[in-house]
Amino acid sequence: MSSSVSLSLRDVHLAFGRHQVLRGVDLDVARGATACVIGPSGSGKSTLLRTVNRLLEPDRGDVLLDGRSVLRDDPDALRQRIGMVFQQFNLFPHMSVLRNITLALRRIRKLGEDEAVAVAREHLDRVGLVAKADARPAHLSGGQQQRVAIARALAMQPQVMLFDEATSALDPELVKGVLALMADLSTQGMTMVVVTHEMGFAREVADTVAFMDAGVVLEAGEPTAIFESAAHPRLRRFLSQVL
Amino acid sequence: MDPLRTLWETFFDWESMREALPEMITVGLPNTLILAVTAALLGSALGIVLAVAGISRTRWLRWPARVYTDVFRGLPAAATILLIGVGLAPLGMQVWGPNPYPLGILALSLIAAAYIGEIFRSGIQSVEATQLEAARALGLSWGEAMRMVVIPQGIRRILPAWVNQLIALIKDSSLVYFLGLLASQRELFRIGQDYAANTGNQSALLLAGLFYLALTVPLTHVVNWIDRRLRHGRPATAAAGDDPDDLDLALPGAAGGNQR
Repeated sequence: MSSSVSLSLRDVHLAFGRHQVLRGVDLDVARGATACVIGPSGSGKSTLLRTVNRLLEPDRGDVLLDGRSVLRDDPDALRQRIGMVFQQFNLFPHMSVLRNITLALRRIRKLGEDEAVAVAREHLDRVGLVAKADARPAHLSGGQQQRVAIARALAMQPQVMLFDEATSALDPELVKGVLALMADLSTQGMTMVVVTHEMGFAREVADTVAFMDAGVVLEAGEPTAIFESAAHPRLRRFLSQVL
Repeated sequence: MDPLRTLWETFFDWESMREALPEMITVGLPNTLILAVTAALLGSALGIVLAVAGISRTRWLRWPARVYTDVFRGLPAAATILLIGVGLAPLGMQVWGPNPYPLGILALSLIAAAYIGEIFRSGIQSVEATQLEAARALGLSWGEAMRMVVIPQGIRRILPAWVNQLIALIKDSSLVYFLGLLASQRELFRIGQDYAANTGNQSALLLAGLFYLALTVPLTHVVNWIDRRLRHGRPATAAAGDDPDDLDLALPGAAGGNQR
């Protein structure tokens, strides 16, 4: 995945009304690296992801891809460069699995029907679901739906992938397959930001782990530094509760 | 005198029915359909406006839409039809002359709009915001995302309710007889009633009832078929061998909404 880019967040602020959700977040993800964002519920992790592809516009601060600010880019064009995978999969239930993937290929990448179908099938094959191409999402298990959602994002050839608690809604026995796919993607050099409660994944796959609490990154570093020798008491308390 | 026999003759006198049948078909049925279909179209158009106004962030759009909906859903249909048919008659006189028919359609449309507006509003609002978010995250514009992702799902969900409203309209169209229609303007119910009044036998009214059922019962089955089709795709693309019915509960878009 040679087309990956580096990602930096600089002092990102965002408030919903009077509620300050992000209060100056800094995060650096090197090209091809994987950053896992951990932290308690309501700490702003999912909100942070949405400022990267500007589903939410930061009030203050900057978002940079390969060192260049993207806040003035056309949001639709920016989002083509950034794939996103959601907790609830968010496949389009009224379309077949194949159409879920070809929709943006045709509309955004302007591929012809045959080419879009070929690309979609190639990515379905990659996640092991080419046999389900004509099924509706509701006919798939949660794990299969999430793999389709990943294929849908990858088919757009993104330079960065965002994962918003991608395995939190899955039955325990389905989590492994999705995590394996994400780890695979990470090894292939995709730049990834992964919001997760899967501490094992963070420890093994991440290059950087960032701990968020109350709208800021309290501590960030290599997984060993975070998990073995956490400095901040709040991080130590969080880890003692989730590990 | 056998009471059962009396009952039978009161409702199932074939001679009375045969007498009323030609006018039912040539006058009553077309008028009922004209009233119901025109009111459905006008009511749906106004309903969309009400739905969009009802979810607007602007108080000056939202508020009148809510008041309108409350008033026209809260009044008995008969009262609304009389109020508009009689109250606006002087105005109608200037526009299209002494003809109560357009005012009847107007009244039916205004009533239907209140219900249909609520149906559209709930349809738009029932599609999870995450669907729009997912579509936008892929790079689709707001308009594309609404057109390709949100609205198709919203329509699917409201279709049964919308057709229910059409059924109500077909039945309510009988109420325009309050306005005193010309002989050629009479709908099914009025013709049945006239024959019943002239002969003292209710069979013609029962025949009118059968006409209503012939219109409304197939509609309910049509909507069930469309509903299944929209949920599961064309029969050819549905997963082979799957029984579509036992998957209903697993559908995020199934009636009753979503667990989220």
